[in-house]
Amino acid sequence: MRIFDPHIHMTSRTTDDYQAMYASGVRALVEPSFWLGQPRTSPASFFDYFDALLGWEPFRAAQYGIAHHCTLALNPKEANDPRCAPVLDALPRYLVKDGVVAVGEIGYDSMTPAEDTALAAQLQLAADHGLPALVHTPHRDKLSGLRRTIDVVRESALDPEWVLLDHLNETTVKDAAESGSWLGFSIYPDTKMDEDRMVGVLKAHGTDKVLVNSAADWGKSDPLKTRKVADAMLAAGFGEDDVDKVLWRNPVAFYGLSGRLQLDVPAPEALHEGNSILRGGE
Amino acid sequence: MSSNPSPIHEDLAPGLDPAARAWLDAALAEAADAGSSGESDNVAAAPAAVASWELRFAAAGRHCGQEHADSVRVLLLEQARAGLATLTRLYHQGTAAERRAVLLALPHRVTGPGALPLIEDALRTNDTRLVAAAVGPYAAAHLDSHGWRHAILKCLFTGVPVAAVDDLERRAHGDAELARMLADFAAERTAAGRPVPADLHHVHHLTGEES
Ligand SMILES: [Zn+2]
Repeated sequence: MRIFDPHIHMTSRTTDDYQAMYASGVRALVEPSFWLGQPRTSPASFFDYFDALLGWEPFRAAQYGIAHHCTLALNPKEANDPRCAPVLDALPRYLVKDGVVAVGEIGYDSMTPAEDTALAAQLQLAADHGLPALVHTPHRDKLSGLRRTIDVVRESALDPEWVLLDHLNETTVKDAAESGSWLGFSIYPDTKMDEDRMVGVLKAHGTDKVLVNSAADWGKSDPLKTRKVADAMLAAGFGEDDVDKVLWRNPVAFYGLSGRLQLDVPAPEALHEGNSILRGGE
Repeated sequence: MSSNPSPIHEDLAPGLDPAARAWLDAALAEAADAGSSGESDNVAAAPAAVASWELRFAAAGRHCGQEHADSVRVLLLEQARAGLATLTRLYHQGTAAERRAVLLALPHRVTGPGALPLIEDALRTNDTRLVAAAVGPYAAAHLDSHGWRHAILKCLFTGVPVAAVDDLERRAHGDAELARMLADFAAERTAAGRPVPADLHHVHHLTGEES
């Protein structure tokens, strides 16, 4: 079984997670830039983070046989801090990099005017750079947030078919599907969305344009949720081909719009001396 | 430091598919334009509008394939006659792959020790792709003894084969301090019940200071 996790924040995870993900079948992932839990106070702090997503993190992933790509953006939460807004001006020089397969995560957090501006500007950047966009939907006031998001996408230069609407659930999937965008579902270890409910959505809605991710980060989350959904699908009577479509071919098709996916990472060498990451002398 | 068709180009072109070869030819022409107009080492001009050859420099991996990206990027730097200011900026604004290409280009593009901060930056990382590219001829020519010895230890620690270290034989020969550091490292490994890397014995032998 081959698995592509289209949304996971590996910066916050350990090498044990990489190892366990590889063992469960994960061979590729996309790490969207997002909030780090502690608010940043300057653009330079973002640039170091973007550099890590284009340098150290793909290096770590490759040692575990996993292809790492990223999406870059000013996230909605920090778009509200005027000290961070200049990140928008620097994004063009990052969006040309190999390894950047979308603009994201963008979207709404509290639906403020600053978030309106950042979302519209970054949808335009995606269109200008031939990149799709990963647009997250807010956790609070989700349905009205989704509808407003869809309106902004419709008014933008970016084709809705180049947009992945993420963190969907039973209450938002219908509107999202009608917009023509791709449909992302984040599976959490709590009540937001679990693997059995995901199987229910797949039964009701079908597998077209559906992506499933773990959205694992520094919070309570599980980087193996993609595999757990695959197993739940098989247990519920879906075939191997359905699983491959949702957990591999759909994310490859969506991020492949960028023309920048490079999925041929060699299998990891046998870990030598029990030292699973190159630590250096420090 | 010449912009004549490079031997790298002759080796590279047959390995590329027609689309990649056309992309490379266009990219090299843009870089050569910038090189001949002398604009490619103007650090102040860069942020306003990124030069088209620099966009090509960033995009080389997806157009020519990762396996050719180093060679393509080094060629672009040569064609554009990128000097210290441009190389430094491209390094600091680059992905790990772009930084690696800048490091590989240094011996052909920079004569003095001005690019040592880039070598030192790369040697501070634990990214073996960068460490391996940092210990080439430029480091052999310009790194001081202390920095060079630590670069050797870094290779041994991170598993970068010392075959990547340029001019190893000459610089190691007679270096008693390096021999001491290697002996201490070997003792530490042995105390921890871990094997001593074969490369360590090799370098220790090259010092001629084995006791
Ligand atoms: Zn996220």
